[in-house]
Amino acid sequence: MKILQIEDLMVYFGPQKRPLRAVDGVSFEIERNKVFGLVGESGSGKTLTALSIIKLIPEGAYFAGGRILFNEKDLLAAEDEYLRKLRGSKISIVFQDPASSLNPVFTVGYQIAEAILAHQDIGTPSAVELALEFLRKVHIADPKRVFHDYPHQLSGGTKQRISIAMALVNSPELVILDEPTTALDVTIQAQILDLLTEIREKEKLSMLFISHDFGIIARMCDEVGVMYKGNMVERGPTKQVLTSPKEPYTISLLESVKAFI
Amino acid sequence: MIMVKCDSLTKSFPVFKGYLKERAGEVTAVDNVSLQIERGEMFGLVGESGSGKTTLGKIILGILKPDSGNVELATGRLNVIFQDPYNSLDPKMRVGDIIAEGLVVRRPETKDRVGEALELVKLPRTAATKYPHQFSGGERQRIAIARAVITKPELIVCDEPVSSLDVTVQLQILNLLKGIQKESGITYLFISHDLRVIKYMCGRVAVMKAGRIVEENTTRSLYSTPAHPYTKLLLSSILSYDYSR
Repeated sequence: MKILQIEDLMVYFGPQKRPLRAVDGVSFEIERNKVFGLVGESGSGKTLTALSIIKLIPEGAYFAGGRILFNEKDLLAAEDEYLRKLRGSKISIVFQDPASSLNPVFTVGYQIAEAILAHQDIGTPSAVELALEFLRKVHIADPKRVFHDYPHQLSGGTKQRISIAMALVNSPELVILDEPTTALDVTIQAQILDLLTEIREKEKLSMLFISHDFGIIARMCDEVGVMYKGNMVERGPTKQVLTSPKEPYTISLLESVKAFI
Repeated sequence: MIMVKCDSLTKSFPVFKGYLKERAGEVTAVDNVSLQIERGEMFGLVGESGSGKTTLGKIILGILKPDSGNVELATGRLNVIFQDPYNSLDPKMRVGDIIAEGLVVRRPETKDRVGEALELVKLPRTAATKYPHQFSGGERQRIAIARAVITKPELIVCDEPVSSLDVTVQLQILNLLKGIQKESGITYLFISHDLRVIKYMCGRVAVMKAGRIVEENTTRSLYSTPAHPYTKLLLSSILSYDYSR
């Protein structure tokens, strides 16, 4: 069964007459419990495609067409209230830079508990318990201490673990990960990818995984779509796309990557 | 012949803590580091953030003074290429002026030299009259390279020169740097966190961790038979999409 279907999505910027077609007719589907990867260079439209799912596109951008079906309901036609309830609960997102996605003036514990209480009516004591449980789930060594820490007191890897915990607290069905390890050192990146693999299996999650790195895509994704200038030029099972690419762009991109290995 | 000789370099920075910024101790960014770079070599310095590789590069450039130890350079002609081509080029200056700025004396032929430098980095001569914001990240890094080579340096410190670029652009810039090296025999100190980039570029490499060089070897040997556990960890963290391996 498909959790997400995107059909001919178009997101444009600027004047109606001569718009900048940042996402220009992208279609793909994510099967339940599968990880779909979006790969491409900067400006190819991968982040905008992902943000469209929760209608968080930047100011000046507008939907010029297409449908986004989440559990068969069209999100582009949905009311704001419905989307508000969806964001951070059924669909959650982990951004690239945990230093800017966490609020610097609140403790980690406060922020996680706040995320829980926004969607679950369970009262503060239970929310605190739940927050601690999720800190343990993402393998924070000393959850009780970290709970009372501010983001700046923690390392980049720990902050990203917290972002992941926050994305999981409301039992999402789909987690969007936008370059979740790009800001991290390689050894920390390996740890975070291990954590995501573990969580994916335990929690039976579907994921949309954005990366510019084919190594990460190969490691994490069942299927992959290659984006170029607002289009998805190629799509298929990850191994097939990476070992026998058909489109010239995918071939040339992989050639560049191969030169380094 | 030796181009750079570092002898037990140490550099610490004070750490301040709390509202009143009281001095709470110090962190040793470079800890008793010795290394030698041969003339014409591409020497790689790899490490994670905070390992001290940029500080070491700055000491070699003379931007920072070491607390102890000394640096001997076989040349006074050195230059640098930084990571972020968005912050390293003055947005209010024309590209031609940015590139010419390193020349101490401006002469009528300066314009020609700027033009030559632009051609060397495969940008049109007309780029000289434009401003940095009119160029992409890769083009800006080419401008930074033109600015570095116009002074005819013998040593260039490249500090993460491709880390903020897309992989296809990375390859173009690396090949450009390689081509320049081949033609002019410049010595590079190539600083990067990315082992793949180092492997592509450098003949010899030193691995830094917490201010110390934990291993130094030819790139080939380091990759095939890493000795230090940290080098092994770094190498095992590289993700390959190559299913045949």
